[in-house]
Order: sequence, then structure tokens, then C-alpha cells
Amino acid sequence: MEMDGLLTYGVFFLTQAGIYAILALGLNVQFGLTGQINIGIAGFFAVGAYTSAILTTNPTDAHLGGFDLPFLVGVAGAMVTSALVAVAIGRVTMRLRSDYLAIATIGIAEIIRLALKNEDWLTNGVRGIPGIPRPFVETLESNSPLISLAVVLAFVVFAFWMVERARVAPWGRVLRAIRENEDGVRAAGKDVTRFRLQAFVFGSSLMGMAGALYAHFIGFISPEAFLPLYGTFLVWVMLIAGGAGNNKGALLGALAIWVLWSATQFLTDALGAEYATQAGALRVLLIGVLLQVILIARPQGILPEHGSGGRG
Amino acid sequence: MTEILQLAIYGVVLGSILTLGAIGVSLIFGILRFAHFAHGDLMTLGAYFALSLVVGLGFPVWASAPFAIVGAALVAIAIDQTVYRHLRKAAPIILLISSFGIAIALRSVVQLIWGPHNEVYASGIQMPWRVGDLVIKPDHVWIVLGAVVLVIALHLFLTRTKMGKAMRAMSDNMDLALVSGIPSERVIMVTWAVGGGLAAVAGIFLGMDTRLHPVMGWSLLLPVFAAAILGGIGRPYGAIAGGMVIGLAMEMSTMVINPTYKPAVAFALMVLMLIVRPQGLFKGNP
Repeated sequence: MEMDGLLTYGVFFLTQAGIYAILALGLNVQFGLTGQINIGIAGFFAVGAYTSAILTTNPTDAHLGGFDLPFLVGVAGAMVTSALVAVAIGRVTMRLRSDYLAIATIGIAEIIRLALKNEDWLTNGVRGIPGIPRPFVETLESNSPLISLAVVLAFVVFAFWMVERARVAPWGRVLRAIRENEDGVRAAGKDVTRFRLQAFVFGSSLMGMAGALYAHFIGFISPEAFLPLYGTFLVWVMLIAGGAGNNKGALLGALAIWVLWSATQFLTDALGAEYATQAGALRVLLIGVLLQVILIARPQGILPEHGSGGRG
Repeated sequence: MTEILQLAIYGVVLGSILTLGAIGVSLIFGILRFAHFAHGDLMTLGAYFALSLVVGLGFPVWASAPFAIVGAALVAIAIDQTVYRHLRKAAPIILLISSFGIAIALRSVVQLIWGPHNEVYASGIQMPWRVGDLVIKPDHVWIVLGAVVLVIALHLFLTRTKMGKAMRAMSDNMDLALVSGIPSERVIMVTWAVGGGLAAVAGIFLGMDTRLHPVMGWSLLLPVFAAAILGGIGRPYGAIAGGMVIGLAMEMSTMVINPTYKPAVAFALMVLMLIVRPQGLFKGNP
């Protein structure tokens, strides 16, 4: 029994770390390569989670759908809808300096959160969507959480491969050039706005993919199920700690910060249930202070970007 | 007609609160060149400072305001000295991310000290004044009057004092200001004091108008930024116009849309502005 509990916890832990790793990779395309700031990660994540939930659950009157489609269709749909949201917001803000994009992403995340809560016909409102199938349950005739873990890890590998390919390709070089010297790139005849938009959409679709995996792993989603802002914040700390611009850094940062975040759970246990909210606040405060320490003492992160001693 | 007038009153009240926040965001952007994401949570902190005096020592709200202003100003300066100062040489987006982290940390501190629940300055119902069919709460009058007084004081400070002129000079042309010997670190400190102090008042007014909650400031951050952008970011006078337009639009919109979507109205106006005239009503620094 003891071993069983430990194993279950380990599987749960790694699956969640994998989902965060995909989010960190998505943010790395946007921030690490291109220098864009996205404070609305949770919004794209939620859009992905809800899209896949609606596509794959059984038909019901409670919300739109479900359409009873296979898991992989759900994930693909999640990536498409997140990408569409990113195109809509990106077309307006890509021409402007990155501060405006950052502000706009808070707005889009807030509107998505309000819509999830209030548009009952679409999302079943605060009651949420239950019964989201685990991946490949019918094909493999098994409901083991190990399968979810394997699926999530496979997606991490897939996402890493895509983002790493993109980084070393000429496309990735243009993005980094835009980050370092926008005017130079424009003078070289590149369509800066277009490249930026592509990077933003690519990163956001990965966030949607992470959302879909989360929905299928947990099986139930509601507007309260994710702590939106803290999720976004954790992903930022992961990327900065691991090393913005370095995909291995994004993976390492995701794992390291997730271990640290989970370890601070002991605070909650130590303080007891009556101080649970205070303990939660203390955990967030510690991570917030950690971010400042990293930004000041080691801005390049654990694994610095290739070919640079840090970013100026 | 009555409904429109009533909503206009609410709009001016909200606009006054947004203006006080937006002026700070605009000043900080003008001088430090980054969007300060912790501004909403600075408002929250100011509101809770006042709450401690009201509940703990039995102060009236107006008497607790000066202490909250000083407290928030000191916290803003302390954050700048311990964190932002070390990042001045880094890219502005690094400062933005740092301030996002500060926002989260400040909110955690508020939750740790004051807890996660709703709080109010005064329980019970305040008797409203009736003018014809219109309902006006005394608090609404204090909020608008307070904002007007502070805006006038700020105007005098920016136009009549040496420090105020130095701030405007740095905002207009950083290099020229530095060459002409303006003490930049002192100007930055005063900027934080002014921005933090105004944020505290905005937070107190928001608490008087609604209630106190650890997320109260963050949820107002989007309309505050929208007001600053509408007025032309980096232009404190534009922030007044921006605040009023956003406040009125948010309240008026409730006639046609579900009131929960009020933030979306601020967002839509901001996006519209970014498309049509990104420099804002009064030419800012796009």
C-alpha cells in the first residue's frame, strides 16, 4: 500500500511536470526566442483544455457537444483554437512594443476566464465539464495512470523536437535577430510583424496542447480548477530559471521549479489545515522572491542560451 | 434618462479611481520605460494599510489615508531600491517580468497578513442622498472630490516645483535631462513616492466604493492600463482623460451587456485605440 501510494504520487508528479514542460517550451518560443511577453498563458491553456473536453466527451445538454471524438482529434482541435485566439490578439499587437502585448494578454486571459464562467451553453459555467476520457482507454482497455504519463511524456518529446528544430532553423535565427535588433532585420528585408505573429501563434498552440493534456489527465475541468495567475507565474519562473532561449533549459527549469514548488507543500502540512491559505500565500511569496533573485543574480538561468554569455 | 445619469455618476466615480492609478502607471512608464505590472497590487496594499488603522485604531477612513499614502510610497521606494534598481541596465521587458513577480509577491503578503476574505471599512448601509430619482452615496462625492484635489496638487507639483519639472524633463527626453545634470536617482525615488501614494488613494477609494479583497487591485490593472494607453502612455495629463473615458464606458456598457464583462469593455477600447491611434489621445511614447 505504501509503495502503491508513492508510485501513484510519482506518476501524478511527473505527468504534471511534463505538462508544465510543454508550457515552458511554448513560452520559450515567444519570450526566449522572440522576446515577447505573454502574461495570459493560463488563458491559452484553458482554451485548449475546454476545446479538447468539448470535442471528446459524450453528447450532453449541459454544454456544447460533446462530440465523442478521439483523444488525438481533441488535442489537435485544442492547438487550432488556441492558435486562432493568438492570431486574433497578435494581429493587433505585433506591430507595437512588447509592453502592449503583455497588457493585451492580461486582457485576453481575463475575458477568457469570464467567458468560461458565464457562458453556460458553451462550458457549463462554474459547474465545469466532467467525464473527460483518459487517452487511449478504449484502444488499450486500461485506465492506468501510467498510460497518461507515457502519453504526456511522448508529447513533451514531440514538442521539444518541434521547438528545437524551429530554433536551429533559419526561422529561429530570424526570431532571435528580431529580438536583438528589430531595425536591422527589417533593413535586411524580413517581414518582422509576420515572423513575430508566427512565433506567438506557435507558442500559444503549444500552450493549448498542454491544456488538452491536462484536461484528459485530470478528467474534470472547471473555471476554478486551475489557479490561473499562479499557473502563468510558475511557467515564467520555470523558463527564467532554466534559461530563456534554451529549450533544454526550459525542460530543466520546469522540472526543477516543479520539484521546488511541490516541496514547499511541506509548509502547508507543517502549519496545519487551519493555516492552509496562509501557507499557500507563503509558497507563492517564496517563488516570487526566487524570481527576483534569479533575475538579479543569474539572469541567463541555469543553462544559458547557446552562443551567448547572457542577454544584454 | 435617469438610468443614464445614474450610470454616468458611477462612471465618474470609477473614472476617478482609474485616473489615480493611471497617472502613476504613466509617470513610471515615462521615467523608467516599463509597464509597471505591480501597480494594481500596490493599490491593494494601500487599501489594506488604511484598513489596519480603521479597524485596529478606530481611525476614520480619511484620517488613515495619509498614513496609507506614506506606507505605500515607502514600500514602492523599497521595492525599487532592492529589486528594480539592479535591473535598470537590463532590457525593459526584464523589469516588466520582475514587476509581475512583485505583483504576485505583494498579493501573497496581503493574504498572509490580512487573510483571503472580503473586508469593508464600515459595515452597515450608508444613507444615500436622493436628488430627484438619482441616488448618490456620500462616499461617491468624497471619492470624486478627493481625486480632483489630488490631480490639482499633482499639477502644481509638476509645473511649479523644481522636482516636478525635472520629472517632466526626464519623461520628455531622458538623454537631454541627464546631460543637463538632473539627479536621476532622486527623480526616480520621487516618482515611486508619487506613484505609490496615488495608488494607495486609488486603493482606498476602491475599497470605499466596493470592498477590500487581495485581488481587488489586480482586477483593476487592465482598466488602469487601458486608461493610461488611451491617454497616451507616459503622459500623466492624458491619464485623466483616459481614466474618465474608460470609467464611463465601463459603467454605461452595463445597459447593453452583462455587467460581468465590464473589463472586456476596457479591453475593447484599448485594442481599438491601439489600432487607430497607438500613441494615445495625447501623443505618448508608443
